[in-house]
Amino acid sequence: MEIFGISTALLGSQLLVGLINGSFYAILSLGLAIIFGLLNIINFCHGAQYMMGAFVAWIALTRFGINYWVALIAAPLIVGVVGVLIERLMLRRLYKLDHLYGLLLTFGLALIFEGIFRDQFGISGESYEVPELLSGGVNLGFMFLPIYRGWVIIASLTVCFGTWYMIERTKLGAYLRAGTENSAMVQALGINVPLLITFTYGYGVALAAFAGVLAAPIFQVNPLMGSNLIIVVFAVVVIGGMGSIMGSILTGLGLGLIEGLTRVFYPEASSVVVFVIMVIVLLLRPAGLFGKS
Amino acid sequence: MSSRKYARTACAAALAALSFGAQAQISGGSVKIGVLTDLSGTYSDLAGSGAILATRMAIDDFIANEKPSFKIEVVTADHQNKADIASNKAREWIERENVDTVTELVTTSTALAVMKVAKEKDRVVIMNGPASTPITNEQCNDVSVHYTYDTYALANGTAKAVTTQGGKSWFFLTADYAFGHALEKDSSAVVTANGGKVLGAVRHPFPGSDFSSFLLKAQSSGAQVIGLANAGADTTNAIKQAAEFGVTPKQSLAGLLMFITDVHALGLKPTQGMFLTTGFYWDRTEETRAWSKRFFDKQKKMPTMVQAGQYSSIYHYLKAVKAAGSDDTSKVMAAMKKTPINDFFAKNGQIRDDGRMVHDMYLVQVKKPADSKYPWDYYTIKATIPAAEAFQPLAQSRCPLIKK
Repeated sequence: MEIFGISTALLGSQLLVGLINGSFYAILSLGLAIIFGLLNIINFCHGAQYMMGAFVAWIALTRFGINYWVALIAAPLIVGVVGVLIERLMLRRLYKLDHLYGLLLTFGLALIFEGIFRDQFGISGESYEVPELLSGGVNLGFMFLPIYRGWVIIASLTVCFGTWYMIERTKLGAYLRAGTENSAMVQALGINVPLLITFTYGYGVALAAFAGVLAAPIFQVNPLMGSNLIIVVFAVVVIGGMGSIMGSILTGLGLGLIEGLTRVFYPEASSVVVFVIMVIVLLLRPAGLFGKS
Repeated sequence: MSSRKYARTACAAALAALSFGAQAQISGGSVKIGVLTDLSGTYSDLAGSGAILATRMAIDDFIANEKPSFKIEVVTADHQNKADIASNKAREWIERENVDTVTELVTTSTALAVMKVAKEKDRVVIMNGPASTPITNEQCNDVSVHYTYDTYALANGTAKAVTTQGGKSWFFLTADYAFGHALEKDSSAVVTANGGKVLGAVRHPFPGSDFSSFLLKAQSSGAQVIGLANAGADTTNAIKQAAEFGVTPKQSLAGLLMFITDVHALGLKPTQGMFLTTGFYWDRTEETRAWSKRFFDKQKKMPTMVQAGQYSSIYHYLKAVKAAGSDDTSKVMAAMKKTPINDFFAKNGQIRDDGRMVHDMYLVQVKKPADSKYPWDYYTIKATIPAAEAFQPLAQSRCPLIKK
C-alpha cells in the first residue's frame, strides 16, 4: 500500500525513527525548560553537558572498564556535580542581572568545554558499543527495529514523565515552584531556596548528561555532538513555551515525528522544518504552544 | 700582491659572490611556507596539526639532506573551513609577511578562495586536503598544485572496483552541498560506465547526525550497494547506524571518501569489508612504514594521505626552490613540474600543466577484526591503480591552460 507514492512500511518506519529522535529532543528540552523555568537562565552549555555525559561514559568504559548500566547512573551524577559547581561559583552571581548575562556566560562555558574535549580527544569521535543486553534488533514486519533504539524511547520517556511528576505532583516540586514564584516568602517559611536552586540546575544538567549516555552507542562520541543538536533543542523549547515542563516533552516528541515525515517527503528540508514551525508558532502564539502568555 | 694574499682575496670574493647570489634570488633571505588548515573543525584530525607536523618534518629532513643556503620559515593558521577567513589570511601572509607558498587548504571553498589571491599576487599554492575536481578543471591556474587526491580518483577507484566485482545496483546517500554532489556525479558516471545502474539518491543536510531515516530509504530501494557521498562525521555516523539498522551486511556500503582516521574512530567491526580508495597507506612498504612511525611518535596517530602528501609536496617544493636557485613563482613552478616525484609517498609522480599531481592510488579493503594483528593494521591493498588510470586524463580536462 502506498500514500503519496511512499509505501506504508517506509512511512511507519520513519515515524518510529522520528519518535526516537523526538525522545532525545524531549529529554534535552525538558532540562532546558526546568532550568529556564526555575532559574531564569538560558543554559547555552546544555549541548556541551550532553556531550560530557557521553564522554564520561566512554572514558569510564575504556579507561576503567565501567559498563553502560553503571555509567547511565554515574555519568549524570558526575556531570551534575560539575553543574552544581558552575551554579555555585558563577551563575549565582548573575541572577540579579538581565538573563542575557547568563546566556553569554553559559555560551562561553560551552566553547571552553568543547575546546578542552577537542584538544584532548580530537574531532573524529570515539566508538561506544551498544551494551550486550540491548544489541540486535527485532523485525516488526514493516521495519527492523534495533532493540537499543526501543530502549532509548522507554528510558527517556520514563525519565521525562518521572521528572514531570516530581515537579508537578510532589512536595519537593511544590517547594521548587513556590520558590521561583516568591523566594522571600518561601525562605521565610524555613526552606533553603538557594539550595533548591542549586539542586534544580544540577538536575537539569544531569538530564543532559543522561541523554548523552543514551546517545553514545548511536552516534560517535564527538566533542561537537552537542553543538549540532542544541539549536534544534532551543527551537523545541521556544515552540513548546519557555519554561513549560509538559510543553517541552510533548513538543519534543511531536517535532521528532514531523522531522521524520519531512525526511520521507522532502529530505532536503528536514534540517529547517523545525525552524519554519518555530517562526509560525511565534507569529501566532508568541509565548509558545504551552506557554503562559 | 703576493700569491697567498691574492688567493685569499679571490676566495673571499668568490664566497661573497656565492652568498650574494643565493641571497639575492630568495626574497627576504628566507623561504616562507604558510600552512593554512582546519585546526578546530570537522577536518582537523585528517589534516590539521598533523599537516603542520608533516610540514616541519619535511623542512627538517630537507635541511639535513640537502643543506640549502637559504633559511626556511613556517607560519600556520586555522582557516575554520571558511573561504573568507582563508583568503584574508593568505592575503595578509603574502602582503605583510612575504609568504612564498600557501599550503594544505582542506575544504574546496577555502582552496578556491586562496587560489584566486595567490594568482593575483603571484605566489605558489599547494593543496593536499581539498578533493573537488574543479580545482584542476574550470578553476585551474598556473600557480596552483593539487597534490594528493581528488573526487575523480576516488570515484574511479572505489565505484569502479565495487561495480566490476558485482555490485551492479547503487543508491547514493549524498551530503547536500557542492562536494557531495560532485562525488555523487563522478561516481554515478563510473557506475554506469561499468555496466551498473543507479537506482536513486537521497540528499541529507550537511552536517547531519541521525541518518536512520535516509538509511531506511536506501534500504527500501533494494540496491546492492549504498554509496556514501559524504565525509568525516557524516560518513562515520552513517556507517555506524547502517550496522545498527541491519542495512549491512545484506546491502554493502561503499565509502567514497574515507580516511584512516575515520576507520580508526569507528573501529573494524562496523567498517570491515568496505572498499575505499587512498593515495597512501602507512603499512604498504618499508619506506612508508619508516616515515609513518616517525610521524606516529610525535602525533600518536598514523598519518592520513593528506598528511603524508603534505610532507611530500613541501619537500618537493623546497627541492624546486633549490634547483631554481630562486623563490620566484614561475621559476619554482617550472622546476616543480619538470622534476618527477620519487619518495615514500609517490613513485614517478608528475605535476601536469593543469596543476594535477598524478601518482598511483590504492584500492584497499578494510580488514576483519580477527585479521588485524597490531595497532592501525586496518587495510588490505587489493589493487594499485596506476597514475594514468587513477586521474582524469588531460584530454578530458576543462582547464583553460590546456590547449586542445
